[in-house]
Amino acid sequence: MEALASPALGDVFSHPFMRYALLAGTAVAVAAGLVGYFLVLRAQIFTADALSHVAFTGALAALAAGLDARVGLFAVTVLVAVAMGVLGRRARPDDVVVGGVFAWILGLGVFFLTLYTTRRSGGANGQAGVSVLFGSILGLSGRDAVVSAAVALAVGAAVLAVARPLLFASIDDAVAATEGVPVRLLGYAFLVLVGVTAAEATQVVGALLILGLLAAPAGTAMRVTARPLRALAISVGIAVASVWIGLVTSYLVPAVPPSFAILAVATAAYVVTVAIPAHRRAIG
Amino acid sequence: MTPFTWNLIADLREMWSIPLVLNAFRAGTVIGVVAAVVGWFMVLRRQSFAGHTLALVGFPGAAAAVWLGIGVTVGYFSSCIAAALVIALLPAAGRRGYREESAVIGTVQAFALACGTLFVSLYKGFLGGTTALLFGTFVGISARQVVTLAVVGVAVVAVIGLIARPLVFGSIDPDVAAASGIPVRALDAVFLVVLGATAAEASQITGTLLVFALLLLPAATAQRLTARPGWGLVLAVAIGLITVWTALFIAVYSVYPIGFWLTTIAFGLYVLASAGAAIRDRRGSLARASERDDRYDTAPSVLT
Repeated sequence: MEALASPALGDVFSHPFMRYALLAGTAVAVAAGLVGYFLVLRAQIFTADALSHVAFTGALAALAAGLDARVGLFAVTVLVAVAMGVLGRRARPDDVVVGGVFAWILGLGVFFLTLYTTRRSGGANGQAGVSVLFGSILGLSGRDAVVSAAVALAVGAAVLAVARPLLFASIDDAVAATEGVPVRLLGYAFLVLVGVTAAEATQVVGALLILGLLAAPAGTAMRVTARPLRALAISVGIAVASVWIGLVTSYLVPAVPPSFAILAVATAAYVVTVAIPAHRRAIG
Repeated sequence: MTPFTWNLIADLREMWSIPLVLNAFRAGTVIGVVAAVVGWFMVLRRQSFAGHTLALVGFPGAAAAVWLGIGVTVGYFSSCIAAALVIALLPAAGRRGYREESAVIGTVQAFALACGTLFVSLYKGFLGGTTALLFGTFVGISARQVVTLAVVGVAVVAVIGLIARPLVFGSIDPDVAAASGIPVRALDAVFLVVLGATAAEASQITGTLLVFALLLLPAATAQRLTARPGWGLVLAVAIGLITVWTALFIAVYSVYPIGFWLTTIAFGLYVLASAGAAIRDRRGSLARASERDDRYDTAPSVLT
């Protein structure tokens, strides 16, 4: 209690829960920074938004069925990601389709939440739902953190592996298709990666807040530079820095939830680039 | 109250004798109409993402209002309208386009929700309330709130009525509209504010996460069925009302929250309409194809 009452910067790493949070958070930030860049480039942020909400339903469905939340998370988000691709043109879903599907899926999430709170844990009072929505990064166990990190790094590696053709297909899918790039297949693969990222990040920053880690660093990077590789690097850098600064802030100021601190940093980065380069452009 | 019977009229009378439920039906009616009308324009303008974000922004507003001890209604309206202005003003880069806009909206949304978590954690012991704010509840709507909802609802529909013609024009082809002297950017901003007010209205019954069901689905269903604006609006309102009323009716008897019933009914109607439209289109194209076949069948016989 003493340590919590007057936390010092020096012993951030002395607590295992902080080490786990930093490990999982960093890995998720790397994946989110990479995936986010392509999401913004492909104007598919809304799809990611929908998938992160789907993750909520997946987790609660698994809890209600008495399974590990992670199983439901990954299975449902990846499935819905593919389904949305099927419904859209060239594996780029239409916004009405996305919206309609996820409005209903969220409704189902509420159903499972009620089922879970009434059947399984009498007095939990929505705690499970709230922690799925807003994340519980400080509650990760060592095993959770390692699994999260492994999955996130795999996602990051996969994105980098397909980065070149994906970039081409995202910027001009018609030309890419005539050049022999498998545009549809890439579209699906990318949706699956987004699904996995959303599911993964749900445990860290929560289903509702992952969008910020996807959109803000990537949006910032795209304002800073038009060059793809540099933008990818900046996007990852901002995402990781947000997680670190956010976690340490919330450690030093316990009243601030970690999810809020992380997103506040990411948003601040975006606001700064909106404010400054516009000014510079006006002069130059 | 008495359990469900198949005498629906008696059920309704029984339900409406409880002021709480009666208020919910009144509020639901207002919201069903307003959300459907505004939603129709939202679907036409492909602004679902903005609509969804404005709805979510209601959550921190309401959470802050609870924390500060002011009315939840004030929180919903002020935060939704403020966010609408932010989204309208921020992408000043203009035609750099949709990409930039989606990043802005995504950031606004996530940050707003993050603020919500901050307010919730500042106001201790609020977890049950959080679920209600997010997923809606039909209990606890006071008569005064119904009046507020009705006043705002009338204002929103009036504004939409005033700008409807240029808005449709500007939505379908902004360049041509701008060329013929319609202030497209101002219209965009006005519409976003109207959308924000509507999202705030609907939040109070569906919760901030499920506003979308009422905003998007009735309108999308109507647009599946008809492309004509007049009919489309009427149909959207009808579908919105059916959805709200049925959901409220079931929710009174069920343990599951109203949000689940609302979304399920609205989505069910949407799927039915999509299937119907698909069958109609197919029939149409089949009929056209068989006509063509007839022509080709007869053509050679004329030649011989």
